[in-house]
Amino acid sequence: MVKINGESLDTGGKLVSEYLLEHGYDLKRVAVEINGEIVPKAKYSEATLKDGDTVEIVSFVGGG
Amino acid sequence: MGAPTKDEFIAALQQRHGVEMQQKLMNSSVAVCGLGGLGSNIAIALARAGVGRLHLIDFDRVDISNLNRQEYRVSQLGKYKTEALCEQLKDIAPYVEITADTVKLDEDNIPSLLKNEDIICEAFDLPEEKAMLVNTVLECFPDKYLVAGSGMAGLGSANSIRTRRVMKNFYLCGDEVSAVSETSGLFSARVMLCAAHEAMMILRLIADKKEA
Repeated sequence: MVKINGESLDTGGKLVSEYLLEHGYDLKRVAVEINGEIVPKAKYSEATLKDGDTVEIVSFVGGG
Repeated sequence: MGAPTKDEFIAALQQRHGVEMQQKLMNSSVAVCGLGGLGSNIAIALARAGVGRLHLIDFDRVDISNLNRQEYRVSQLGKYKTEALCEQLKDIAPYVEITADTVKLDEDNIPSLLKNEDIICEAFDLPEEKAMLVNTVLECFPDKYLVAGSGMAGLGSANSIRTRRVMKNFYLCGDEVSAVSETSGLFSARVMLCAAHEAMMILRLIADKKEA
């Protein structure tokens, strides 16, 4: 299981980019952290979500 | 009445904040990225507290559409926001050291422009720009503190604006969902709440309080 934004999900083995697109995230508006480390944008289609990972996805909205 | 001296300012701040805390504030440096509704309010709050050095960054000029929520005046329309905000800050906290850059931050210039400050504050308007700054800062400067804002549009409850520690050195303020849209604009009061959360977290970090 992978813990994403506090929720345990059965998505081990999936690429970060796959997960984001499948869940409707706009890749230009997110920041992704795995186990406390930022995932560089250039690595989204290489980095894999592994069982036991803790993932935080922040999706920014407009206004300021 | 003449302007107070630097020593008078420091003494007044020490009296309110304590000598030790005031020293921490005076030794600190903060970069404020974007000087709109968030950034103009954040910069003023930090200057009032006596933060030693502020680095103000924005490429834009003051427009009539800014006056609903940003700390600018009719007399400042058309001026660069960096210039307009410096004018205000000089009148509020004349001894804060200010560096201003009228430039649009991007992946290429962030590493050099933000290298000197301990704390980086994201105060942009567009979500793509927010994400760009956050990603670039976290990649280039993992040891710096980063405080960002997301979700403050509309008339949702004031109590839904909060501060969350997302990562070790990354804090996010706002309700994280209320986006600007055609039917949901920005009100000064709610933007100020988010700005106050960002400014407050920065002051807490200066005071070595790391929790949100």
